[in-house]
Formats: sequence, C-alpha cells, structure tokens
Amino acid sequence: MTTRNIKHWFDSGTPYIWLNAGAVTISVLLVMGLLFLIAYRGLSHFWPSEIAEFQLTEADSNTITVIGEMVEYETVQRSRLPEGDIRIPESEELVSRTLIKMGNRDYFGLDFMWVVDLAVRDIKYPNDLMAVERHEWGNLYGYLVSVKQNGEELGDKASNLWVLFQEQIIASQDVHNEIEHVEKDLIGDINYKMERLRLKQRSLERSGITADSAQLRETTEQQRLLDEEYNSYSSQLGNLYERLNQFSFVTRLSDGREVELPLAQVVRAYQPNNMNIAEDIIHYLMKLWEFVSDEPREANTEGGIYPAIFGTVIMVLIMAVMVTPFGVVAAVYLHEYAKQGPLVRTIRIAVNNLAGVPSVVYGVFGLGFFVYFVGGNIDALFFSDSLPSPTFGTPGLLWASLTLAILTVPVVIVSTEEGLSRVPRAIREGSLALGATKAETLFRTVLPMTASAMITGLILAIARAAGEVAPLMLVGVVKLAPSLPLDGNFPYVHLERKFMHLGFHIYDVGFQSPNVEAARPLVYATALLLVLLIIILNLAAIRIRNKLREKYRASEQH
Amino acid sequence: MLQNSTKASDINNMNSVDDNNGRHNVPTHAIDPSVIHKHEASLKDEEICIEVNAFNFFYGANQALKDINLKIPQKRVTAFIGPSGCGKSTLLRCFNRMNDLIDNVRVEGKMILHGQDIFDKSVNVSDLRRRIGMVFQKPNPFPKSIYENVAYGLRIQGVKNRHILDEAVENSLKHAALWDEVKDRLDDNAMGLSGGQQQRLVIARAIAIEPEVLLLDEPASALDPISTLKIEELIYQLKSDYTIVIVTHNMQQAARVSDYTAYMYLGELIEFNDTAKLFTNPKEKMTEDYITGRMG
Repeated sequence: MTTRNIKHWFDSGTPYIWLNAGAVTISVLLVMGLLFLIAYRGLSHFWPSEIAEFQLTEADSNTITVIGEMVEYETVQRSRLPEGDIRIPESEELVSRTLIKMGNRDYFGLDFMWVVDLAVRDIKYPNDLMAVERHEWGNLYGYLVSVKQNGEELGDKASNLWVLFQEQIIASQDVHNEIEHVEKDLIGDINYKMERLRLKQRSLERSGITADSAQLRETTEQQRLLDEEYNSYSSQLGNLYERLNQFSFVTRLSDGREVELPLAQVVRAYQPNNMNIAEDIIHYLMKLWEFVSDEPREANTEGGIYPAIFGTVIMVLIMAVMVTPFGVVAAVYLHEYAKQGPLVRTIRIAVNNLAGVPSVVYGVFGLGFFVYFVGGNIDALFFSDSLPSPTFGTPGLLWASLTLAILTVPVVIVSTEEGLSRVPRAIREGSLALGATKAETLFRTVLPMTASAMITGLILAIARAAGEVAPLMLVGVVKLAPSLPLDGNFPYVHLERKFMHLGFHIYDVGFQSPNVEAARPLVYATALLLVLLIIILNLAAIRIRNKLREKYRASEQH
Repeated sequence: MLQNSTKASDINNMNSVDDNNGRHNVPTHAIDPSVIHKHEASLKDEEICIEVNAFNFFYGANQALKDINLKIPQKRVTAFIGPSGCGKSTLLRCFNRMNDLIDNVRVEGKMILHGQDIFDKSVNVSDLRRRIGMVFQKPNPFPKSIYENVAYGLRIQGVKNRHILDEAVENSLKHAALWDEVKDRLDDNAMGLSGGQQQRLVIARAIAIEPEVLLLDEPASALDPISTLKIEELIYQLKSDYTIVIVTHNMQQAARVSDYTAYMYLGELIEFNDTAKLFTNPKEKMTEDYITGRMG
C-alpha cells in the first residue's frame, strides 16, 4: 500500500470507526464475560455432582479410602508440593492434582483435600453412595446402614431401606416445620406482646400509678394470660421435640466407621450416582428455589438468601421513596427560584462533588448523625420506656435507607435540573400568558414534562444504592437478622430493625465464613443474584420512564 | 427583576392625562405633531382600550423603546410593522408584562388599560394576563391533549365543572375555526397537530378565558401560506369580540387584516394611522421608504 493509499484510508474515517467499534466490542465482551463467569460458577454449585470413592496411596504407602465430590482440577509445579513425597517420581516436573470435597467436617475436621493424581489407585462411583445435607456441619457422604426409632431398627433387610429413609426424612421435616412455626410465629408473637406489656407497665410505674390501681391490675392480668399461653406452647414444643428426636439413622463413613445421627439434622439426602437426568434437574431446581426462598443456615454458608434479597429490595425502595421528592424539591429551588449567581453556582458544584465522596464517609456520617444523634433523640423522646436498650438509637433499616438517600441525592438533583432546563421557554411563557402563576406553571406543565428526567435520576440512584456495601456496614446491615423488617405485628413495617443485604452477604460469606472454600460458589451465586436484582429494579424504572417519555415525547422536538 | 419606575406623582396625574387624551405628552422629536393630530382625528370615533403615554423601556442600559405615545382602539385590529429589532415585539410584550420575566429591565411612563396603569404596583400580573391574552410566534401547545390545552386557562382559574369546561372548549375551538378538524380527537396529544392547527389551537386556548385584548406576536410567520390565510380570516372574525394587536413582518398581512397600523423604527414610533391612509398616503418619509421597500 502506498503512502497515498494509507492517507486516503485514514481520511476516509474507517480506522476511527474500527477503533470505536473495537472499544465497544471489548466493553461488551468484558461485561458478558463477567456475567458468564459468575453465572457459571454460581449456578453450577446446585447441580448434584457425582460422588466418587477413591483408593489412595498415602505418603507412608498405606492405602486409604476417601469419598467426596471432585471440585477442582489443576496442574502445578512440583516445587509447590511438600518435599520428599515418594509417590512422585523425581523426573516429573508438573504434577496434576484434584480438590475433593469430603464433607463430614464433624468427623474429619477438614472439608477439602488435595489429592495428587499419581497417588490415586482406583476411582469408583457406587450407586448407593449418598449425600446428606444437614442443618449443621455441612454435607455428609457415606453409605446408609439403617434407620432407627428409639434405638430399634426400622424395616426389614430388604431394598426399601432408602425409600423408608426418605419417608422418615419427610415426616421429620414436617415436625421440624411445625416446631419452627411454634417457635418463630406463635412464641415470637407472645414475646412481642409481652415486651409491649412490659413497656406499658414501666411507663405506668414511671407516671406514678400505684401498684393497686385498676390499670396496673389489668396489665398484670394480661401478663398472666400471656404466661399461660406461653406455657401451653412450650409444652407443645416439648412434645414435638420428643417426637422428632426418636428417629436416627446409621451411616458408614469412608474410613469404615459407623456413626449414628439424629434424623432431625437432615435437610435432604440423595444418591447422585443413582439419579437420572430428570431427577438431576428436579434436584437442581429445588436447590435453586431453596437458595432464593429460604433462610440461610450454618453461618450463611448453606441454605438460601431470601432475607438478604428482601432486605436489599426494601432498603432500595425506602431510599427511592425518600430521595426522589427531596432531590426534586431541591432541584426545583436551585433551577427555578434561586437567584442565579456565585452562591448558587457554588452550591451546584458542591452538589456535583458530593456524588464523588467515598461512600464509607457517608456511612460514618449516617452513624454519627442519624443513628446516634437523631435516633438517640427519638429514643429519649418517644421510646424512653425501653431505654437503656435502644429502639432507633441503633443501626437499622431506616438509617441505612436515609444514608443511601443522602448518598444518591446529588444524582437526582443533577438529572432533574437537566430536565428542567430542557423544558422550552415557549411552553413556560405560554402558560404564564394564560394567567398562570409561576407555581401553577411549574406544577401543571413544567414538572410533568420533567418526570422522565426525574426517573432517570432515580434509575441512577437505584443502581448506585443497590450496589453500595461499605456505608451499610455502619448503619444497619448485619450478618444474620433474626426477623424480617416486615411482619404481621403492628406496625407491620419495622424500620428500626437491622436487616440483611446481598452486597454485605457476599462479603460475609466470601471472607468471614468459617468455611470459605465451601461457601465460594455461594459468593458467585449471590453476586449473580445481586446483579439480576439491580437489573430488575432498573428495568422497572426504565419502563416507567419510557411510558412517561412517550406521553411527553413530542415536547422534546422543540 | 423589573424596576417599576411609576412614581406617585404620575399616578396623581393619571386622570388629567386621560382627560386631555395625552396631548400634553406629544413627543417633540422624530414625529411631526401634525401626524398625531391627524390620526387622532381618525381615532375620534373609537373607544380607546389601551393608552400608552411617554413610554420608555430599557434592557439594562440599552433603551429599547423611546417615548412611545399610542392609543389602541377597542375591538379593532392594530398592527405594528417595522424592520427587525425596531422594538415592536418588545412593545407588545409590555402590554401583558411578559418582559417581567427578563432580568434587568426597567420601564418609564405609563400604559393604561381602561383607566388602570398596567405597571402599577397594585396590579396582579396573573389577572392582567387573563385580561390580555397572547399568542406567540412559534406555536407552543402544551404536551397534553387538545382538550386539556384549551381547558388549561380555565383549570388555572379553578373551574372543575366538566359541563362548563366542555362548553368552553367547544366554543373556543369553534371560534378559532378548529372545531371541525379536531372534534373527534379531543383526547389526542396536541403535539400531533400540524403547525397551522397548533397555532389555531393556541388561539383557541387564549380566547377560552375570554380576554379583552389579544396580542399576536407574528402569529403566521412560522406557517405555510394556506395556514396563514386561515389565521388571517380568523383574526378578521375575532375582531368583533376582541381588541387585537398584531406584530407582523409582512406588510401585505398588515394591510389585509388591520384597521390601524403603527410603523416603528429603532425603538421609536414613527407613524400611527388608519391602515388605508398609512399605506396609501404616508405622512413620513421613513414610512414611505419602508412600505415601498427602499429600506428595512
């Protein structure tokens, strides 16, 4: 190609088109790659992978049996392995090894084990190997030996032992659910009423009412009734526990030990090597549903993340409800009423820069101002009966939402102001010329035309708030919240409660959990869910905006 | 904001000004007093709607209107003509105080609408604008339905009765010669109308609140010839009910639609007369130059 041709090629603009297209392609690939990675890593966790039984030669040339799922496979430099392993010939430079999830943490201490492939003598996939998910101690892998009631073996020695086991699991799960209902709902309700009664009594005492007054007698009577109710529930609970604890099962572990475990501990048991593809899929979907709809177990490393999803959504919604009116009102004043000058310019610059302040700074502010100052004063004024235990003077949902609202208000202000300046002057004059005052013009014409810009601001605010974690750790998010901020007890929405959040959940499961390796897939799954949640929230807002834009679209032609 | 320069002493002489038909305020420069005398003769039979006395208008330090003296007759069409930047739009926008929206403006002198100074501090600007409606150069319907556009002014006044609103919308649209074209789609967005229809809708919107005066700021300049013709016919019909003041670049239009014409140049009122007389027999050399196309 001659110089002239190259020059011609450059002048035609083609290279710049390629450059731009390339940049877009790289961005798209990065985003797709990210989503694919977390989706793959997260979602594959719920698939029932096969359980293998390995015959291994130990370093001291004994043979042991290990049962578990193969999790990871890698090839490493020999130098990274312990020195002097006789199983590996001197000539080998690269060694491949497999990570096996052995489960049975309560018996073996370790959940995971690296196995050098050269040490493996034999791999089998026996059909009757089972995996048991438990309420405590993670998975258990082994062979089912027997099912017992009060120490007596159930059933005969026939092949229906597995069916019997499954039936018993379902039966004990029913009892388990009933226990949960009594503990959480019924007794929780009584505890709530008792606490209110206690506060009432205390405020009566503080207001100087003597012990024999009618009011106080009435509360004592109520207290007695509640106590009675509580006692009846607690004896019911005792019966249920007794029923549950009758049953147990015996299993043989990889080292040949036979151990007996209460059936109450079992969440589900399955034989992955014996399942066909349809059963695999059903199992997968059940696990997935459990993940999004259930409460977490075992320090968040097992079970579901429903409370975190719920907490994130409700926090974002409360934030949206607070930030939109506040930001809009501020923008209207700045743009429509404030006298434009150096002061307003300074304020505008300050507002824009607020969006760039690190979010943890907002967290510190929220803790100092909302939690300690505002919350503390609210407690002193309205909840003095329950002091010294704080009601609002402690991190909680309301303060987290407010902190995020402050964090995102600049976004709403900026985008509303842009919307206001896009309303043509002719439209304002048209309204004023009909005898409308400035306020009437604003409410009847200008603000409706700005609605889509406000929603754009809200979309950006939601996108930022839903992903924020750092400030929340200071103002209300906890690792495990005992109850949702929404329940059947008056006043139904409990803004003072602490809550769980997907972003914090990722951090907690990934870095703070006792069993990081086991929880890693959940980190990916939670991350995927967080991304999906933000996408859903944004899509909802975008839908609303497009509807509004459709309505006022023509006005943007001017 | 607007600095209202009306002084207490001016308010005191208000009546005397009315009594003398402003003759003591006749400007000494630029306009031959005899012209004023002549046009007063032709205005003699007219009832006067707005009277402008020694009116000056400033954008900051820049004087846009210089000593304007003028009488707008009731239920007649008065046209302002003149080259671009001569102040005719500024004068028009003073009648309903639209210039209040601009920072750093100042007025001197008086504009009297039926005995009341438009720039008096006691005047409620919203009420004034209800009495003096305005239609702008570019059609500016609100992005609402046709119905809501016309009902807008009444809704502002607090009218909620659906029956009254329906009637007012129908009457105004009929009056603005738009009813037949839109009666089946009153709930459609007004932005879907053509330019000419939009301008008639804006006129319907303005007359729905029954103003006394209608200010038209080059109402046909953004329209095609056929729409322009319709607007002109409309102006001719509206004359029987409203005092109309129209600013136009188009001299043929001024000649066709107006009863009286004022020629302005560089912020001054050069000549004001019966339209027929002004176009056939201008008193001023400048007017003649302009209407014959030698200047402007």
